[in-house]
Amino acid sequence: MSFKLQTGTFKLFVMLTKRIIPCLDVKDNRVVKGINFLNLRDAGDPVELGARYSDTGADELVFLDITATIRSRKTIVDMVERVAKNVFIPFTVGGGVQSVEQIDELLRSGAEKVSVNTAAVQNPNLIAEAAQRFGNQCVVLAIDARRSKTRPGHWQVCVKAGSEPTDLDVVEWAARGEELGAGEILLTSMDADGTLAGYDNELNRAVSDAVNIPVIASGGAGNLDHLYDAITLGGADAVLMASITHFGDFTITQMKEHLRDRGLPMNL
Amino acid sequence: MIVVIDYNIGNVRSVCNAFRHIGCDIRLSRDPDTVGRALGLVLPGVAAFGYAIEALGSAAELVKQAAAAGKPVLGICVGYQMLFEESSEYGPHQGLGLVKGKVVALPAAQVVPHMGWNRVDLPGDMDLFSDLGESRHFYFAHSYYAQPGDERAKIAYTDYGFALPAAIQKDNIYGVQFHPEKSGRQGLKVLQNFYDLCRSRA
Repeated sequence: MSFKLQTGTFKLFVMLTKRIIPCLDVKDNRVVKGINFLNLRDAGDPVELGARYSDTGADELVFLDITATIRSRKTIVDMVERVAKNVFIPFTVGGGVQSVEQIDELLRSGAEKVSVNTAAVQNPNLIAEAAQRFGNQCVVLAIDARRSKTRPGHWQVCVKAGSEPTDLDVVEWAARGEELGAGEILLTSMDADGTLAGYDNELNRAVSDAVNIPVIASGGAGNLDHLYDAITLGGADAVLMASITHFGDFTITQMKEHLRDRGLPMNL
Repeated sequence: MIVVIDYNIGNVRSVCNAFRHIGCDIRLSRDPDTVGRALGLVLPGVAAFGYAIEALGSAAELVKQAAAAGKPVLGICVGYQMLFEESSEYGPHQGLGLVKGKVVALPAAQVVPHMGWNRVDLPGDMDLFSDLGESRHFYFAHSYYAQPGDERAKIAYTDYGFALPAAIQKDNIYGVQFHPEKSGRQGLKVLQNFYDLCRSRA
């Protein structure tokens, strides 16, 4: 099924609701949020915040370990176990995930899905191995995208928490990720991240048109219309946000009611 | 005490966490004495049907005995599918046969797996859905589904391009295709309703 909208078509996964996904960036056991991946601000305890979202109607959660050092691995597994005891919606964990063994450990600790980013760029086969062993639905390909300065209408894949640009084209990499077995694309615009100026819907549209798996739009949410635009203009199946919900600007219910009132199927 | 059948399979921990959260005395076990003392049994599961039924092994008899004795049994996801007579997932496999019907692949015309939040219409006479209203969203993640063939079973449906059975109730046998342990407050309420009915029948 598909609908014609202002700027093209978007796939409707029959009757499934569009998802609201708060994202918790975790550093040293605290939730933090920055602008364009910098200037971090404290947003609280990950387990407490996760439990609050689980209880107030979020559809899913994403926890990203932004320290992602060898020392932080143990901490993150402990955190996932504590999250699983207090969060009763599906959640994804990512940040510095290197191997199938680490994915196994995180899934066993209670995560539904694990996202891979830099390690998948370095070794694309990681996606295939993980998908075969745990099922496509457990593997999320996270892509940090930056607008190319040299090729208009193109985006560069960046790795190592966005610090290192690569030669990979985002749209091509997303399509390759689907082929390898990723069940979902978590697409972050580094240009838009933390700016509150709206998602990069040109990017979202380019990727959602190129793949058949769900795309989660990330980076730039500042108001309720931005969420609507990411789904309709951008073709996203889910919207991820941090600043506008962690700092209390909008509740999950406000977001859902807004999208429902504008005609989107929501879990309310 | 409620016993979650321990058969070394995914999501067992999530189910236990959710029951603990609602204040339920929950035990993960396959020990016959412990199962015998339980007010009700929970059969969780995420895996291929054949793998799950094999992993269940001798504990299958414990579940059947408890069911025959009138103890409430709740199957979740693949645990729910195992309540039926057979499945065609990766070849034919026999189920527990507590409810008539079979498990088949979702139609290829749909996006498979059926994964995400979908609205379930809740019949007023199904115990698991007490105080939840006429319809609620629950979290689904599956590629096969059960076709109940039991005239005595009550069935709740969701819409996935066709009327997809999402939950059943037949006497003391309960099952949900969705994951109540991952369906937020409404999911916890389903587990609470199961816990309450186990206690009231004891």
